[in-house]
Amino acid sequence: MINLTVDGRNVEVQDGQTLLDAARTLGIEIPTLCHHKAVPPAGACRICVVEVKAGGRPGLVPACAYPAENGLAIETASDAVRQSRRMTLSLLLARAPEAEVIQTLAKEYRAQPLFPPSSAPQHASASPARGDGKCILCGLCVRVCTEVIGQAATCFAGRGQEREISTPYKLLSDVCIGCGACAFVCPTGAIDPADFCSHPLEKIPNEFNCGYDSRTPIHIPFPQAVPNKPLIDRENCIHFRTGGCGACQKVCPAGAIDYEMADEIVDEKVGAIIVATGYQLLDPSIYEEYGYGRYPDVVTSLEFERMVSASGPTDGALRRPSTGLPPKTVVFLQCIGSREERVPVASNGRGGKPYCSKICCMYTAKHAILYKHKVHDGQAFIFYMDIRSAGKNYEEFVRRIVKEKVTTYLRGRVAKVFPRGGKLIVRGADTLSGGQVEIAAEMVVLAPAILPSAGVRELAQKLRIGYDQHGFLSEAHPKLRPVETNTAGIFLAGCAHSPKDIPDTVAQASAAASKALGLISHDRLTREPTIGVVNQLTCNGCFECESVCAYGAIGPREIRDRRGNLLAVVAHINEGLCQGCGACSVTCRSKSIEVQGFRDDQLFAEINAIASGNGNGR
Amino acid sequence: MSHAVAEHEQAGAAAEWQPRIVAFLCNWCSYAGADLAGMSRFGYPAAIRIIRLPCSGRVDPMFVLKSFERGADMVLVSGCHPGDCHYTSGNYHARRKLQAFRELLAFLGIDPRRFQMSWVSAAEGAKWSSVVAEVTEEARRLGPFKHFPSCGNGSGNGHGKAAGPHSV
Repeated sequence: MINLTVDGRNVEVQDGQTLLDAARTLGIEIPTLCHHKAVPPAGACRICVVEVKAGGRPGLVPACAYPAENGLAIETASDAVRQSRRMTLSLLLARAPEAEVIQTLAKEYRAQPLFPPSSAPQHASASPARGDGKCILCGLCVRVCTEVIGQAATCFAGRGQEREISTPYKLLSDVCIGCGACAFVCPTGAIDPADFCSHPLEKIPNEFNCGYDSRTPIHIPFPQAVPNKPLIDRENCIHFRTGGCGACQKVCPAGAIDYEMADEIVDEKVGAIIVATGYQLLDPSIYEEYGYGRYPDVVTSLEFERMVSASGPTDGALRRPSTGLPPKTVVFLQCIGSREERVPVASNGRGGKPYCSKICCMYTAKHAILYKHKVHDGQAFIFYMDIRSAGKNYEEFVRRIVKEKVTTYLRGRVAKVFPRGGKLIVRGADTLSGGQVEIAAEMVVLAPAILPSAGVRELAQKLRIGYDQHGFLSEAHPKLRPVETNTAGIFLAGCAHSPKDIPDTVAQASAAASKALGLISHDRLTREPTIGVVNQLTCNGCFECESVCAYGAIGPREIRDRRGNLLAVVAHINEGLCQGCGACSVTCRSKSIEVQGFRDDQLFAEINAIASGNGNGR
Repeated sequence: MSHAVAEHEQAGAAAEWQPRIVAFLCNWCSYAGADLAGMSRFGYPAAIRIIRLPCSGRVDPMFVLKSFERGADMVLVSGCHPGDCHYTSGNYHARRKLQAFRELLAFLGIDPRRFQMSWVSAAEGAKWSSVVAEVTEEARRLGPFKHFPSCGNGSGNGHGKAAGPHSV
């Protein structure tokens, strides 16, 4: 361990650590530009200088590169340090007047440019450091590319005033793998690999923000993700595509990144299953009249939700996708594909749904309020069929936004949305005033129908639970068993069961959880008594029943006499596995299997009773 | 329900002939679908009488023959849609077995049209209602089934005592 003094405070650091590390241990901030923990220090930018007062040779040294020594006493903000930084910043400001970080630091240290920005030397335009006037030639990008990524796609070129970051021979680089590490580490935002990479670099749309911004291949899917940990998108990851890069593994201090990890199928034995597969939205582009997919300013409610979200692609600023300006008029269209009588509308069989999607009325009302919060002088219109605001405080909410004139509710359907003069003309009917209306909107928001998740039918068939013609999973009883399915031990929650809002989903999920706990908290399992029983006296051991049993509940049982001589091998049904379907009973040729409660004699008695005539004219 | 059926029959005795249809329904789909039809207030002809079974795979061809013997004009078997069986594969067993059995009906002197199968899920109350309407209409078209009961033990005249299963 090494003891030293920083700004008069003692600190203990480990061998090999630098003065910068020592200061950071104490929470003392030292400004630095060219330092990055992924690469060894270079001491190139000279912003991090500190003054050695005692214990070593007095003078100014770069904190990022100077190793901590026993007994050293340093000052991080002495006059000499501030003066040195001011001078360095003046020089950097002359080279990189556009770099925001330099401007901020210069303001802090009261550094003046050595000459007015207009007379600053012009750099050669071939420099890959895109934002000319931003690069400070610290070389961090070159070091990262060479030492971390191992590609060496960039280098220094030229001397003196001509010095710049470039690719070899200033050609487009086919060595560059487009990993973007240089742009990530660049302290001034001066470099963009898209400018010099020989193959096109495509941005990866951020799915969570509906593609309105981009993400990196390694990313945390969304802010509240559980677990809140990054994942690697193999299709786009440079390492998986080219074998290069590997930067994330090299910089991860926890050593948590393992490229060898593969998807695996995990077998778990469980006592209960809760199906909560959620929903997806109907693709509104099947309705050509609304122009979704053709006009960028026609968006879905989910896209609108992301746009106005504080954690969204624009940090909460609502902007028209076409112009980037706030929309002054927004028209919300409800029931896009819900409560649709002419089904299906699309030629490919997809189309509107006859049911009400239930949540759209309320979130559209909420969106109208959010819109007015973002654009105070904006106008919002809502086309609706009926306002369905059943729920605690829901009607009051709708009444309030009508009363406060947040939005204008128009009862009717929209026939067409078409562009004219940079706006979208929404033409629809207002059935209450009995006329046609035309609104010149800057944004149109569609509320699409809620559909069950893709693949839910296959899942339901695997789990042997019922579903309706739309793919929503069926409960055991619409009134009395709303969270159970007909298969014991499987429960439902959320929109997998039917469209529902958050309070309803939470209520149903809580009920499903307690039903599941109720099932598995008992020591003994309660089963239906209606299961199969073999008559051992008549069974001849053909085991055709075994071949039709879907549960593997039937196996052989040996019948022995007292001396242990084998008399017969007959079928035996495991009471714990049998579900009582009766397939074995029908298959048995000697009629040796009966399902309790559905025995042959019971059923024949039923048939006799109801098939026999009792005086209806024959 | 039995009360309503009885009333209906008494009225029908005077007015017109009512077919007698025996339906074997699986507990999880078709029976629940019929239940839903009732809960949703869908109407359907009262000529049908339902026997609930755990699964359409529980339908023994003997049940069908017995129904005809005891005076049914039509037999309907209804189960879960293929792929949706509560017991994984019971409706596939039923489909195979009963399709083969259907081929044999003509040999037995029974018009195969008198034996119908359908798939009705627990969510298809409306479908159940329309299936019953269609089957009833078909039964009316085919008229009373007299061949089997007349050569049986006399139960076909409507006054026979219900025979035990061993008389099959």
